[in-house]
Amino acid sequence: MTRYFLRRLAQGLLAVWFIATATFFGMHAVPGDPLSSDRATTEKIRANLESKYGLDKPLPAQYLIYMGNLVQGDFGISFTQENRSVNDIIRDHFPVSATLGILAVIFAGLGGILWGALTALFRNRLPDTIIMFLVILGISVPSFVVAALSQLMLVRLNDTVGMSVLPVGGWGSVAHMIVPALVLGLSTMAYLTRLMRSSMLEIVNADYIKTAHAKGLPAGQIFVNHQLRNAVLPVVTVLGPAIASITTGGFVVEIVFAIPGLGRYFVQAIQQLDYTVIMGTTIFYGAFLVFMVILVDLVYGLIDPRVRVE
Amino acid sequence: MHETITETHSTAPSNKAVFSQLRRYFLYAFIAVGVLMFVLDYLASSVGSDTQEARAVDFETQSIAIAIAEEPPQLNSSLATDAVSGMVLGHIMEGLLRMGVDDQLEAGIAERWEVTPETATFWLRKDARWSDGEPITAKDFLFAWQTALDPDNASEYAFLLYAIKNAEAINQGNLPLTDLGVRIPDPHTLVVELERPVPFFDKMVVFPTFLPIRQDFYEATGGRFGADAKDLLYSGPFVMASWVHGSSLLLQKNPYYWDKDRIRLNEINVAYITSDVNARINFFKDERIAFTGLQAENLIDAMRQKWPIKRYQDGTVFFLEFNHREDRLSENLNFRRALQSVLDMEELVYKVTKLPGYRPGESLFPTFLMGVEKSFRQEYPATKIPVDYAQARAYLAQAKEELGLAEWPEFVLLCGDNPISNIQSEWVQGALKKHLGLTLKIDKQIFKQRLAKMTAGDFDLVLAGWGPDYNDPLTFGDLFASWNLNNRGRYASPEMDRLIAVAQNASTPQSRMEAFAGIQQLIIDDAVILPMYERGLTYVLHPKLKGVKRRVIGADTDFTNAYVER
Amino acid sequence: MADVSPTLPVDAFAPLDTAQSAEQLTRPSLSYWQDAWRRLQANKRAMASLGIVMALLLFTLAGPLVWQVDPTALDPDQISIAPGADRSAMVVDEYQPWVPPAPSRATSPGSLNLAFAESPTTQSVRLVWQTPIDTNVFGYRIYRNIFPVGAERNFGLPLTETGNPFFEDRLDLKPSAYYYTVIGLNEFGEETDLFATISTTLVRAITVPEARLKGLLGTLESAATGTELELKSHPLGTDYLGRDMLSRLMYGARVSLFIGFFAPLLYVLVGVIYGSIAGFLGGSVDQLMMRFADFVVALPFLLFMILFKVVFGIGPGESGIMPMLIAMVVLLWPGTARLVRGQILQIREEAYVSASRLLGAPTGYLIFRHMVPNTLGVILVTVTFAVPSAIFTEAFLSFIGMGVAPPTPSWGAMCNEGIKTMLTHPHEIIFPAALISITVLAFNLLGDGLRDALDARMRNQD
Repeated sequence: MTRYFLRRLAQGLLAVWFIATATFFGMHAVPGDPLSSDRATTEKIRANLESKYGLDKPLPAQYLIYMGNLVQGDFGISFTQENRSVNDIIRDHFPVSATLGILAVIFAGLGGILWGALTALFRNRLPDTIIMFLVILGISVPSFVVAALSQLMLVRLNDTVGMSVLPVGGWGSVAHMIVPALVLGLSTMAYLTRLMRSSMLEIVNADYIKTAHAKGLPAGQIFVNHQLRNAVLPVVTVLGPAIASITTGGFVVEIVFAIPGLGRYFVQAIQQLDYTVIMGTTIFYGAFLVFMVILVDLVYGLIDPRVRVE
Repeated sequence: MHETITETHSTAPSNKAVFSQLRRYFLYAFIAVGVLMFVLDYLASSVGSDTQEARAVDFETQSIAIAIAEEPPQLNSSLATDAVSGMVLGHIMEGLLRMGVDDQLEAGIAERWEVTPETATFWLRKDARWSDGEPITAKDFLFAWQTALDPDNASEYAFLLYAIKNAEAINQGNLPLTDLGVRIPDPHTLVVELERPVPFFDKMVVFPTFLPIRQDFYEATGGRFGADAKDLLYSGPFVMASWVHGSSLLLQKNPYYWDKDRIRLNEINVAYITSDVNARINFFKDERIAFTGLQAENLIDAMRQKWPIKRYQDGTVFFLEFNHREDRLSENLNFRRALQSVLDMEELVYKVTKLPGYRPGESLFPTFLMGVEKSFRQEYPATKIPVDYAQARAYLAQAKEELGLAEWPEFVLLCGDNPISNIQSEWVQGALKKHLGLTLKIDKQIFKQRLAKMTAGDFDLVLAGWGPDYNDPLTFGDLFASWNLNNRGRYASPEMDRLIAVAQNASTPQSRMEAFAGIQQLIIDDAVILPMYERGLTYVLHPKLKGVKRRVIGADTDFTNAYVER
Repeated sequence: MADVSPTLPVDAFAPLDTAQSAEQLTRPSLSYWQDAWRRLQANKRAMASLGIVMALLLFTLAGPLVWQVDPTALDPDQISIAPGADRSAMVVDEYQPWVPPAPSRATSPGSLNLAFAESPTTQSVRLVWQTPIDTNVFGYRIYRNIFPVGAERNFGLPLTETGNPFFEDRLDLKPSAYYYTVIGLNEFGEETDLFATISTTLVRAITVPEARLKGLLGTLESAATGTELELKSHPLGTDYLGRDMLSRLMYGARVSLFIGFFAPLLYVLVGVIYGSIAGFLGGSVDQLMMRFADFVVALPFLLFMILFKVVFGIGPGESGIMPMLIAMVVLLWPGTARLVRGQILQIREEAYVSASRLLGAPTGYLIFRHMVPNTLGVILVTVTFAVPSAIFTEAFLSFIGMGVAPPTPSWGAMCNEGIKTMLTHPHEIIFPAALISITVLAFNLLGDGLRDALDARMRNQD
């Protein structure tokens, strides 16, 4: 177990190195100049800025310096927020994105399992049809449309009720998170519902279910203990990548609901060609994704004895 | 057989048993989620500010809440360049002079001042204090200016200080910081030696780059000056009580501010930061914020809501800039004239941008600039080039001949990647196609790439804009000087340089304004640029919020004189 | 028994004619694909989706041939027109700058005598009023509203401030009712109690040259001003620059569906080749290749998508579709590669492959007869599910301004523009969003159907 874990960890670190290298060279290949500004500056000032950010050195040297700093956990100083380090930015804003992402995944996971189980239970009957219709709707409407519409509906709701039922946006309490997390988790929830439904239906025909019936176990117990538990497994596998992709894909929700997450900083950094912030966020998210997958694999091993690693 | 058995058992089990079991499971799940919510709530409140309490206006506490589009990159006044930083700095800082409610200069930290052709002298008031109670002295200004000019700090706006003696040489690294032409005869007197006569120097000191910075505090922050609320010292009407990055800023009345009796608001809560206009309008609708801008798409909704709509012009001029470098089509005057007579900027403003504050472009100089006595544009109206498609085609034929072209090649319009410039480029493209049969290619680039292409001259036309740095026509007038690095189309004409030199050195206001009028005319005659419009902003205010001032120069939007009505 | 000797003629046994089959099968034998097709046909939802996909293709490819309207042609006279809106317009003379009448003075206090200088149209509204004899009026502010002013003095949109007793409004005039208010300002620019309101319902106007340019005058050389005519019809309305929505949706479909089809096809192809090589070779090569695939999987997709877009850049006049396509292929192939490799590894060990190998089948035969056909089902399903996600990615990138460059229309970019006018011109968002939804929906259902039809384990079920 420990050996397996260590091997996975080593692979993960290698993957992070790969991401860092790809990002570094990708970004330096971007045409444009991160130091240019609206008001033209003199040669002297430019030279000073270049040396401040180490852009005056040849690219391989820059790469080595960057990697050296990265090993020490230093992402450098932001080009636009000149007095803030990228580490500060990640420390301040990643928890926000992560909190929102985790909540979205929890909503998606619970919702997916619940709706999936219900559709399987009521297979080809009215509740199944209704839920599947909603699921399809959830998959097929772009997230930015959902985000804008749900905010508009919140305003209407607060207006009709005459008090603030839920905040329209912002950050600071759990009330602020509910709607954004639901919007963010919606498509994943729809996807999980489908996954759950099909895996439930597959298990119906498994031998151990038949055995359980033959033994005369009560149907309810079979459904919950045998079917549900086993059907949840594939859902758990996709949760890890889902957390990561949901956390990194929250730009739109973050902008619409005025949430101080990291995604917004990434989009802004791209506009400004803020090298250090782009690299810092990408590498950080890449590492997050890699280790999330490893973590889920380990958890999966704990849940499912069949894949328990020796 | 097997099939049917399992079917009956699994898809229609005794639902009751299943439901009771399921119910139990989901009860656990909900309790778990509930507990998790509390944990998250606790965590989130430590990360974000408590924006749930944001209320548009509150009469009892005289507090308001607003939203901004972008977060200030940092609030170090010697480095600040953007409008949002300018807005926040305008509330937490006060410089030598400030703009009053009537847009006239007012005494700030300096109680009186005098500008002569050789020097500018400022007498500081004795009761002006920093937010830690220490007095504000002339040294703090000198230090701030030296900081901005220090080439190691690479301040973009250092050029504004070039009016001070030796400033340019210091900024180039040719002279030490101590050679700056500023004398301090006593702690409350600041004598600025001028490089050349600058009659409007007093108007320039309103700009953030001129704000004071105290040396011991600056050095104590260890390079983080202005990065956080605790890394700033305040001289203005408000102090920043908290700054939660990406989320909110809280400004509170500064008890040490010398003129604190003027300030009626106790608190300005910048409760939301989002670039989404519709989101900000939703906050306004929900009575979370007291002020928000409107775009053309929101006007009907705003009228339906019966909001008090307001408008003003922010003094920024947008124009199509030609590339005047050699080997470019746009170097040809008749080609430029063809475009000048074909593009109907009134159509652009009335049918495409559709906002009431916009004014179709006629001149490089916006309407707010003052001439000798009245507004500059009233004293020297710009010549209007009528839209004339036949004339445009004639110019184009002539240009084709001069350039020796058989066919008009495609040419490139460079633009930024914001929706507004996309729409405008599409309009230019459509209009040129429709009336002249020209094929224009749109080159949409992100901000820094657009700048790089502009600087490299990799365009034929570019959508550009210019806003004023100080309240004098020169802030626009010297833009197309051959030596100006911001002249990214590289227009060069001896006549232009001569007129700018006259404007810079003229002794009487009359002759200066005449030089500017000459520049205005030359830009039209030579079709250096095609002014598209002077920007206007449309916005709504909470009906109970009074005394809000919009400005062209200085902090916009200005809430320092605002108050909440009962 | 012995006396019965069989007497069989020599020709009693003849070799059976080889052409004659031994027995007739009672039903035609079904190949795997025929069976899958039969099962797909039985799935009503999947068949409906297939129909929708066909219709979308028709809409995209044949649509522009039928509806020949230039998607980039601007029409300032018909901006943001809803489908089915009134199209009648009155011919007017070309716009001439206004020479306002000399100011006159009101005779009684508190009155402005606000009036229209000439009959107002959507070309321009010209207001004149008299200088009031009230001494505290130093200027005027002009408001315009689309709702009645009413007792609460709901003036609406402030158009301008002026010192002159006349004003011309040309701002975004629509053929609808307008309520103009002129209010006096005191010396500080504050509003006084003196105001006057006037209302009108505008007629849509089109100038003679515009009408001629658009071919609306027919054979007439010039039309008398005041003639009524019908403007061009736009079945789905127009957008913010007066461009035809239907034709933009057709051309936009080219971008969205191009990305939607080709990106998955290409990256699945790359994935299949990569995965089958890895799976077939096995061993350390397989390990190495799969580790590399893992690295690529670890790249945060949307972040890299944006980064790629910026790295490749979009040149002038380019639509930016190609960089998007390449970025998707570069980032998304490992998923398919893993899947195909898994399948190949599994199939390699199957009994029928071993049997085939024992019978001396060459490698090529093994791959093309056994392995590829048996993975095709999985691959096909992957492609159908990848189509919606590719369409979404394009829409999302266009939404955050990283998508196709103007004036290329795409559904995502149209949504991005439309969402801003959601409340006032809902047709600008509804159509592109609905098309995205329908496409995504169709491909999802088709994918479901295909999976059910192709999955061998699901055979003989339902």
